[in-house]
Amino acid sequence: MQQVPLWKLGMTIRDRAYIAGAFEHPTRHAPDKSTPQLHAECAAGALADSGLSLSDVDGYFCAGDAPGFGGMSMIDYLGLNVRHVDSTETGGSSYILHVSHAAQAIAAGKCSVALITLAGRPRSEPFGRTPGTAPEAPFESWCGVTTHNSYGMCAARHSHEYGTRPEQLAWIKVAASTHAQHNPHAMLRDLVTVEDVLASPMISDPLRRLDCCVVSDGGGALLVVAPEVAKSLDRPLVSVRGAGEAVKGPMGGRNLDLTTSAAARSGPAAFEEAGVSPSDIKYASIYDSFTITVLIQLEDLGFCAKGEGGRFVADGNLISGAGRLPFNTDGGGLCNNHPTNRGGITKVIEAVRQLRGEAHPAVQVANCDLALATGIGGSLGTRHGAATLILERQ
Amino acid sequence: MTDSSSRKPPSPAPTPENEPFWAAAAEGTLLIKRCRSCGNAHYYPRAICPYCFSTDTAWQASKGEGEIYSVSVMRRGANAPYALAYVTLDEGPSMLTNITGCDFDALRIGQRVAVRFLSTDAGPPLPMFAPIGD
Ligand SMILES: [Zn+2]
Repeated sequence: MQQVPLWKLGMTIRDRAYIAGAFEHPTRHAPDKSTPQLHAECAAGALADSGLSLSDVDGYFCAGDAPGFGGMSMIDYLGLNVRHVDSTETGGSSYILHVSHAAQAIAAGKCSVALITLAGRPRSEPFGRTPGTAPEAPFESWCGVTTHNSYGMCAARHSHEYGTRPEQLAWIKVAASTHAQHNPHAMLRDLVTVEDVLASPMISDPLRRLDCCVVSDGGGALLVVAPEVAKSLDRPLVSVRGAGEAVKGPMGGRNLDLTTSAAARSGPAAFEEAGVSPSDIKYASIYDSFTITVLIQLEDLGFCAKGEGGRFVADGNLISGAGRLPFNTDGGGLCNNHPTNRGGITKVIEAVRQLRGEAHPAVQVANCDLALATGIGGSLGTRHGAATLILERQ
Repeated sequence: MTDSSSRKPPSPAPTPENEPFWAAAAEGTLLIKRCRSCGNAHYYPRAICPYCFSTDTAWQASKGEGEIYSVSVMRRGANAPYALAYVTLDEGPSMLTNITGCDFDALRIGQRVAVRFLSTDAGPPLPMFAPIGD
């Protein structure tokens, strides 16, 4: 069945919603707080950033990190009175997807101020997802799948098919650390070299410790609002210009392909809705649970051809001020923050900072008027969800 | 780095949908599902074909041989080392599994492997693989 893109029928989220508030919790270790408390502190931070108040919020979005019974526990805890709720779960990419879903709800008149929160404390309380009654559980729960070896298999296959080398992956970490030097909140602020990455202990072949993101307590929040709300506030206008989402898994094991992610569908959908191409993007937040996550997404989004990712990321090409595509100028998940093992919200937050001109001066991209935030949640080697956003400063 | 085989994977919990798979596993046979409607084989097995949604799916005995599609050896953590892999069976589907009883450092993509069931304490055996010739 041929599908006509809805935006061609005038049905689009393009410029129908704005990100008016963004807040990244400064903590990276919170043994003295509860997880709901962190959600509330993040919500308060985003409200203060926007100039809105709690009573303005009429939509709430959360994912699997929200404690309790989906949005219900959190809406009650936070004291919200909403007319729209959404707890779509695509792992760490959920919050990028939530911005799109919030924009859709706003465009449909279902809410006008949508709050998105993420928070958690993997360093301070037991953490982990059990396969439970998932259909794949009897066949996979005994295999010892972790994120490290799941993404490791993707890196190994990418290397096999395209000759991608460990030192090329290492450049992604080097670029992140170059940016993290300027972030006082970053967990890892030391500049590292390709040699440092290659000398770090092997975790799961071919990924070494410095190919992996940090584990941090913390969180973040976003406020997605209707155009008339955004224009009533005293903040730079950051509009949602396009979005895409997709889910991918081995799907019965036929034609398995671990070198292409669901971003190969979420990315083109976002670019098409936004009416722009990868070469128009001034800054990109690319989900960096591991170095390989970045490389595969860059290819799938069309920043380079499939298989060319290793060459694209090498030699500092992702470093702000030096390379062609400045990425993760906060230091990303690799160096700054990966709150509750979910890096999606920090990807949107740093993109908003760049578009507002509020990134650190050492990493601020000049005339940054078009940015992308993209993420892979779940497990790239098994089942994962991708979400891509294109944001514009008006 | 060789497989020290100290790892004790948890027993699988069969459901009515896949009970025949585990009964065959107990007899040393690896089953896959093949769809009579579209002809495609799939793994893990479902009652309804994931390619055409036909309910006309049948169990098929795999020869239990294939090649490594990708592999990553976990080097850190409580159960390390162990090898997580996708094996592409000669009948078509790729399956997530472990490669056991071998020199982990010698594993490579494309290597031929055969099923080697590992018994569990409280349930049916697990379809793991080992290099052919090792
Ligand atoms: Zn079929």
